[in-house]
Amino acid sequence: MTIQFNNETFRDDYSFKNSDRAIARFPFPFHEDSYMYSVNMEQHRGGPEGSVYEMRFDVDEHYVSEMQDRAIVLDQDPLRCQSLPHMTLAGWDLLELIMVSKSEDYPDLFELHRDGNTWRWINKPMGIDDTFTFMDESTLPYGPMEYITRQAQGDFAVLDQRDDMLWMDAGMVTTQADWSLDFDIGMNFFEWHAPVPKAHEMGIFKRALKFLLNVQQGAPARRLNWTMTVNPLLDTSPENYHKWGVQKTELTPENIGSKQHLRVELQTFFRLPRSNALVFPIRCYLIAFQDIVRTPKWGRRLHRVIRDLPEELATYKGFIDNRPMMLDYLGQFDDGLPTSPGVWPDKDTEPALHK
Amino acid sequence: MSAAPQKAKAGAEKIKVIVDAVVPLNDLVTRFEFKRRDGGAFPTFSGGAHTVVEMQDGDITRLNPYSLMSDPSDTSKYCISVRRDDEGRGGSLFMHRNVKVGDEMTLTYPVNLFSLDLRAKKHVFLAGGIGITPFKAMIAQLERLNGNWELHYACRSEALATYAADLTEHYPNNVHIYYDDQKQAIDLDGLLAGQPLGTHIYICGPAGMINWVHNTAEAAGWPSDNVHSEEFLAPQPGKPFQVRLCKSDKVIEVGEHESLLEAIERAGVEAPFLCRGGACGQCETDVVEFDGEFIHRDHWLEPEDHESGKKIMPCVSRFIGKSLVLDR
Amino acid sequence: MSIFKFPESITSRPVYGTLEPRKGPAHLMIADAEGAEAILDLAKQDAELVANAHIIYIPKGTGETFVEKLQALKPRQLHVSPSYEASLQRLRKVLEDAHMGLQVYLTGTEGLMGQAQNEAMAAGIPHTSIQQEHRGSIARRMQCVHCKGITEDVMTDPFVCSHCGLNLFVRDHYSRRLAAFQGVCIDAEDPGNVPESVELYK
Repeated sequence: MTIQFNNETFRDDYSFKNSDRAIARFPFPFHEDSYMYSVNMEQHRGGPEGSVYEMRFDVDEHYVSEMQDRAIVLDQDPLRCQSLPHMTLAGWDLLELIMVSKSEDYPDLFELHRDGNTWRWINKPMGIDDTFTFMDESTLPYGPMEYITRQAQGDFAVLDQRDDMLWMDAGMVTTQADWSLDFDIGMNFFEWHAPVPKAHEMGIFKRALKFLLNVQQGAPARRLNWTMTVNPLLDTSPENYHKWGVQKTELTPENIGSKQHLRVELQTFFRLPRSNALVFPIRCYLIAFQDIVRTPKWGRRLHRVIRDLPEELATYKGFIDNRPMMLDYLGQFDDGLPTSPGVWPDKDTEPALHK
Repeated sequence: MSAAPQKAKAGAEKIKVIVDAVVPLNDLVTRFEFKRRDGGAFPTFSGGAHTVVEMQDGDITRLNPYSLMSDPSDTSKYCISVRRDDEGRGGSLFMHRNVKVGDEMTLTYPVNLFSLDLRAKKHVFLAGGIGITPFKAMIAQLERLNGNWELHYACRSEALATYAADLTEHYPNNVHIYYDDQKQAIDLDGLLAGQPLGTHIYICGPAGMINWVHNTAEAAGWPSDNVHSEEFLAPQPGKPFQVRLCKSDKVIEVGEHESLLEAIERAGVEAPFLCRGGACGQCETDVVEFDGEFIHRDHWLEPEDHESGKKIMPCVSRFIGKSLVLDR
Repeated sequence: MSIFKFPESITSRPVYGTLEPRKGPAHLMIADAEGAEAILDLAKQDAELVANAHIIYIPKGTGETFVEKLQALKPRQLHVSPSYEASLQRLRKVLEDAHMGLQVYLTGTEGLMGQAQNEAMAAGIPHTSIQQEHRGSIARRMQCVHCKGITEDVMTDPFVCSHCGLNLFVRDHYSRRLAAFQGVCIDAEDPGNVPESVELYK
């Protein structure tokens, strides 16, 4: 299958749009009609054909445009990509993991030819054909982590593992849910999660850390997380919050369906072989409310989740002020009928909206 | 939560291998070299990683962890060196007596519980006896990264100094060997006093040596974060005992020469594990009820866990008494 | 009294202890202002240790108040510096020459301790083994997450970034690497609506 790449923007005129196929495969994050934190880890060994879980690194119709957006962010603020000196080896590990995975999973789009340490990497969607020496930084235009993550969707946090702890010591972060790599780099797992309410008290991070420390080579894991974003803005960074924050106040009952987006992170975890570091890709998927409610089950469920979400979480996720307007909109798509368990749309079995 | 929930499997992913070489190194230690059965490349690994070797010894499946000692960047083979333990439960004896070139075996993917701290400005390795094996891989890795390292290696005698000659020849300026039978000993106080800030020290050897280095370093004001050690615990034999597994509703008998974890597996009950040496924490099991005494031997649980009687690491720990019920 | 009890907070916010004598071949103490009192207290516990120490002291607003008292402890080296910045090259040289086992004691304001800790960490000492005791001013060193500029000695919330002029609220989220707390624009969603500044911890 060859992907048709969109030509779209995630800023200014916001021409981002999901095709019908992208809507159908959207990673809807709620498996029941309510939401609370949980560790919710599972193995990342593929998933249903065509789903975002199928490949190790999902490539979709937004790939080329997302990479252009990343390049813009990095031009404006190079501090979004940083690697502490001891993390270069992990960068090579990551470069190898992504090149091998993509060339095996998408042979029509990516090719990797290895002859000893001489590697040739072909990225057809981005028009890249580079030959370089593996483990020799001088043969690449950027450090290994930056080079490959300029060609891979989603943010990447590269975590060093020491003393039974994970340390955020490198990363490429341009599509983040309001956290700053420049500020958080060097922190440990508990420290960079410090601002998250409630979860510490619930022991979520202790359990999650224990799980992650034991993610082994050859056995990656994944989970989903979510938040809300007004406009399909990938770069919701604290750095630029004084510029984009005001967009949250521009919602109206008329534009909310197209402007308000559910933002889902597919988080995966891979042990890196040479460095024993852990890479934590955080892939962001955006979908407009009006596209979610085309799936009756998702419309019903999203209304109930947002309605019943504890205030603290709605505040932390940044939509407490807009929640009443969201509920007015989503309420139109909730007829009170029960929903089937699980995240899938179940379009053939779920009843149409009775309103 | 998401798409296709998959249950985690016990242990790391497996690799089917064939024994490619068996190289006796001295009276006690033999090296085993493995190739993949599918002819492919092994995953590369980080220095300090181990693999769990699955041995089919008649009816018994033995799973023993050994440090990977080959060059991590050489993906054509994996090598381990096994010291024969005549008093042990039989894993090393099986390797020495039964394993021949051409045998088919199964290894796990590498798991590293003893990795280098790559921030270190200098790495100092202290090896005792067979404890040299993880350092072989670490040294190979650091050589590629132009790392700053030195090795201090204590052996019983020249005849039993596994890889000492080889290491001295390759790295005459980094390697220091000490022979017990020549009354040579590491001057630990002097060694610790002279290290620049940012030095990390790594110890692999018998428990006595590990404790000695930890205690001496602490007394010399070294931060505990800069002192790393790995002691492979082999499960010790002990008196047989009976256990009830309440989730699976089974009563099992733990034999003298098997571990509690092995007995659980033998009963067909799946239990998580990685290191099988009391270090990784994967097999941690809740105790539901007990009347008797635990013999805790792991490095994982906190002393208060040991005292609480609520947890046990079945890979290395045992029990003596009337009854034990586990949540498994 | 120069001791302030910080309210309980999130896990990234540093927690300070009380300096205690520790074993080691060499001892480096860095203090500003009322931090001198913590060193004087430490000397009461172990005068010999302090006599063997290298002390770098920045009096800030306290002028001569503590200098003589510190001299009376007869430390092996006492360097009184007009500012942290002025002492930085000396500090780096001391760390460069030091060996493993060096004990580091930091005391005084959060800004001083954070910056000195950062130097010691860069030299290879893990932050978990660096002792810190807060004394004196509760002013914070803040980084503006937007322009990245550092504003020293912030006493109010919100405050104005001394570099870009945005109105920032004071978070407890703290970066050891920057030795600073995070300041974030307070009126991004409602430009111009800036609440009145209040003194920190009031």
